[in-house]
Amino acid sequence: MKISRIMELLDADVLMGDEQLDLDIRTACGSDLMSDVLAFVKDHTVLLTGLTNPHVVRTAEMLDVGCVVFARGKRPTQDMLDMARDKGIVMLATKHTLYVTCGILYKHGLPGTEDEAIASEKTGG
Amino acid sequence: MSHEALHESYVVQAHNFASAGEVSASIKRLLRHIGIDFGVIRRVSIAAYEVELNLVIHSRGGRIDLEIIPPIEIGGETGWLHLTSTDVGPGIRDVDLAMQEGWSTATDDVRDLGFGAGMGLPNMRRNADSFEITSEYGVGTTIKMGFKIQ
Ligand SMILES: Nc1ncnc2c1ncn2[C@@H]1O[C@H](COP(=O)(O)OP(=O)(O)OP(=O)(O)O)[C@@H](O)[C@H]1O
Ligand SMILES: [Mg+2]
Repeated sequence: MKISRIMELLDADVLMGDEQLDLDIRTACGSDLMSDVLAFVKDHTVLLTGLTNPHVVRTAEMLDVGCVVFARGKRPTQDMLDMARDKGIVMLATKHTLYVTCGILYKHGLPGTEDEAIASEKTGG
Repeated sequence: MSHEALHESYVVQAHNFASAGEVSASIKRLLRHIGIDFGVIRRVSIAAYEVELNLVIHSRGGRIDLEIIPPIEIGGETGWLHLTSTDVGPGIRDVDLAMQEGWSTATDDVRDLGFGAGMGLPNMRRNADSFEITSEYGVGTTIKMGFKIQ
């Protein structure tokens, strides 16, 4: 699913990276717990969160998460936007709650992340 | 792709949350630059970030060493990338307990930032091809992780 489609479905604003909306996203992970995000995120994932601190961007960077969606009207700080620009991470904001944000994308066919991804990455190289 | 031998050492300050993750980001950049396999970089980045966060949150400071041993040096097809974290305390009282998912001594401040779920050590072990932890309470903790490289 393209980021532009995610944006449309969530009625989201683009806060950063409007030149990268063609990027393809294969899975989604919704959490305010970066510890869990680090344990479950796969490649080509969109991160859906209500948490707004710079470690969200840092976590996204380490995991090659190409797009972060902030739920329930939360807005990232300027620091975070600057970091996202540096790292080429798209930032979106939606008014929907995290639960509804996840539900909308799931209903439209974007699957979740599961930890077997790591096992298969390991054997598959 | 064959790689040159390499050894880098990075200092990690305790409790400096603002710069937490910078060492892992440097490591990731370096690995990209020398052309390590994408999947390996991903696993190393996750493990490096977890171990760096632990140094910042739980230790009195320490360092992370990155070492690349190319296949040619050990005469095989597979080389190793080693990531080693050493710190100056306080050490872990019960390592088996610390290795369990969900066990954490993190404070509420850390949890508010989105960490402290007790997932870091198990996640390191899952991502690395080899994992070794030794800790002496009152002294310090050493974690050695190995990743196979071609
Ligand atoms: N370098 C260290 N020095 C001292 N104690 C440590 C160190 N690393 C981990 N620990 C102890 O082991 C526990 C478990 O660590 P782990 O990384 O699994 O979880 P966490 O850091 O508490 O939470 P998370 O990693 O999910 O954010 C920590 O809560 C802490 O008590
Ligand atoms: Mg941890």
